[in-house]
Amino acid sequence: MTSKHLWFSLAVAIALLAVIGVSIHADEFNDADVERWQGEYMSVVADGRALWGSPDLGTNGVACGQCHPNAANTHPETYPKFQQQLGRVIALREMINWCLMNPLEGETLTLDDPRMIALEAYIAYERRGVPLDPGKH
Amino acid sequence: MKNNPNRRDFLKGAGAIAAASALPLSTVELAFADPKKNFTFAYISDSHIQHIRGSQFVNNWDRGLIRAVAETNLMQPKPDFVVFGGDLAQLGTKEELDHGAEMLAKLDTKTYFVLGEHDYYLDLGEYWSTLFGDHWYSWDHKGVHFIVLNSILTFDEWTFDRWPTAEQRMLEMAGLDNPNGSPFMVGEAQRTWLAKDLEKVSKDTPVVVFSHSPIQKLYKGWNFWTDDAEQIQTLLAPFDDATVIYGHVHQIQYNQIGNISFHAVMATAWPWPYPGTYAQAEHTMPQLTVPMNRADPFFERDATGWQFIDMKSGRASMSYNLANNTNRTVAYDPATGKPVDTRFQDVGNRVPPQIHY
Repeated sequence: MTSKHLWFSLAVAIALLAVIGVSIHADEFNDADVERWQGEYMSVVADGRALWGSPDLGTNGVACGQCHPNAANTHPETYPKFQQQLGRVIALREMINWCLMNPLEGETLTLDDPRMIALEAYIAYERRGVPLDPGKH
Repeated sequence: MKNNPNRRDFLKGAGAIAAASALPLSTVELAFADPKKNFTFAYISDSHIQHIRGSQFVNNWDRGLIRAVAETNLMQPKPDFVVFGGDLAQLGTKEELDHGAEMLAKLDTKTYFVLGEHDYYLDLGEYWSTLFGDHWYSWDHKGVHFIVLNSILTFDEWTFDRWPTAEQRMLEMAGLDNPNGSPFMVGEAQRTWLAKDLEKVSKDTPVVVFSHSPIQKLYKGWNFWTDDAEQIQTLLAPFDDATVIYGHVHQIQYNQIGNISFHAVMATAWPWPYPGTYAQAEHTMPQLTVPMNRADPFFERDATGWQFIDMKSGRASMSYNLANNTNRTVAYDPATGKPVDTRFQDVGNRVPPQIHY
């Protein structure tokens, strides 16, 4: 056996071990899993879309979609960024809370409230394909 | 604006100078060959008065209309008339239309009304008509022929057969981005009426059309669109000077198609994004338009306002009175045959708040 053949055999053996090892020790996933996960995400996007048009997020009947059709002019790709009116760098969900308090005259949501996540999911979905540009004004 | 002996303060009264610094009113050109022929009119639109419950209404939208009415009443010389460009109400209810009508009743000038989809789709304009009259009509004023169209009609099946209740029909049309909505149109009955109305108008008479939706096709997804726009444009094509002024879009837009100049007006309630800022949309916004300024969205009246319109050239010269933004003037430029922003049209003169993305 030449040294070239030896190295080749060794490489095949290592590769086989790696495959067997992975199949034993990690969670492999398949197309059906990916489809299910996408479905989970899209169901939260749908929740967000429903909240977006809902008169019940605030107290005065005003809905997010009145000023932001299709979540336009929300710029999720630019956050975190310096919000000059607040004088500090903030996350998008703080702007969502600003809108809930002011135009909607409502209460803020906690930052991990499922409704907050749903609103963010919807905003990001409508902005899909736009490159990240944090800090941009 | 430069001091010019031909320009005058547009405010009356002893407090004019002090008030001028607080109000978004400026000056208007008064130098013209035949003063009798020149006139201005004011345009207020898209107030979206929104009922909460009982005697409560959304304060933010109320303030926009109250401010526009108060400022319009301060114009000096007075406008010959005022146009309200549609969407007085948010969901077309009697409460909203009554509350809006009461605020508009404080205008001390003859007012003409255009019907918007938010006024219409609850009871198909029935209560609106008892307050404001016909849905389409025309009149002549100082040598200009004015026409009001109801441009927010749609397919009969959508209007009459699709929805179980009038309330649901109103809500489906009220959501700007609602895929269950339906394209706006003027429709055959009004087109026939318009053709007849224009027969008696000589081709050198300036013609001005007021509609709620753009009589052009910009973005169907938000009904920045009129389905039979081309057919209306064809009826206007024979006239030397034709102008269409429309609401609905809550933003500065202007365009020129053949002999027809198009101008959008601001809302008093809130501004809308430009369709190009929706990443999933295909749209055809006029290249000519320099977008409205957005100085500070935290300010309630940012990118809202009203306008007065000078007709001295036979074309509209639009002066945008903006509550929280630099006032803008978009006027017809005879040299290029297009409307241009008198200050910001050159790319080098634009400012960062005009960048929308």
